[in-house]
Amino acid sequence: MLLDILSWILLCLGGGFVLVGGIGALRMPNFYTRMHAASLTDSTGSILIVVGVMCQAGLSLATIKLLTILIFLLLTGPTATYALANAALLSGMKPQADTDEGRSSS
Amino acid sequence: MYFTVSLAILVTMVLAVIRALKGPSVYDRVLAVNMFGTKTALLLSVVAFLYGRPDFLDLALIYALINFVGVLAVLEFFQKRSAAQGHTTKD
Repeated sequence: MLLDILSWILLCLGGGFVLVGGIGALRMPNFYTRMHAASLTDSTGSILIVVGVMCQAGLSLATIKLLTILIFLLLTGPTATYALANAALLSGMKPQADTDEGRSSS
Repeated sequence: MYFTVSLAILVTMVLAVIRALKGPSVYDRVLAVNMFGTKTALLLSVVAFLYGRPDFLDLALIYALINFVGVLAVLEFFQKRSAAQGHTTKD
């Protein structure tokens, strides 16, 4: 019974984080802030959701598979975000900090 | 319980598609595709328990891997192309 409540809380929190990250990726002014918002869903959202589902699965093969999925998501998420930022920076996309604060950005 | 979470993930995927369509620069689109891919893996693992079929978890695992490789390949392509043309993308 306790596990059901725990997984229910974790799943709702994970869903909330994923939603917030999605909205953030849509509303942020420029590319790097959007990437910050989007990577929020990769890490926090997936941890909460997968651990929430794991509580439901109990000790079984499904839990091991879920653990592998979580590890892969946590390994590949930041790496993909780093590669994306590196490629964007190399291609000449300037972060907002370089311009002076006075002008309002597009 | 699973239904609400999968609904939240589906809404995020729609937001990612909107970002992909609206994104001014190429890398916004790659970011949206990457987000869409990881959310698919999450959605698959939640739906696996929604329908009570644990074999969906293998699909989620494979999809997470393939999505990562795909994003890196696309990035490599864009980096080569922008380096070749030597143009700078706007913000």
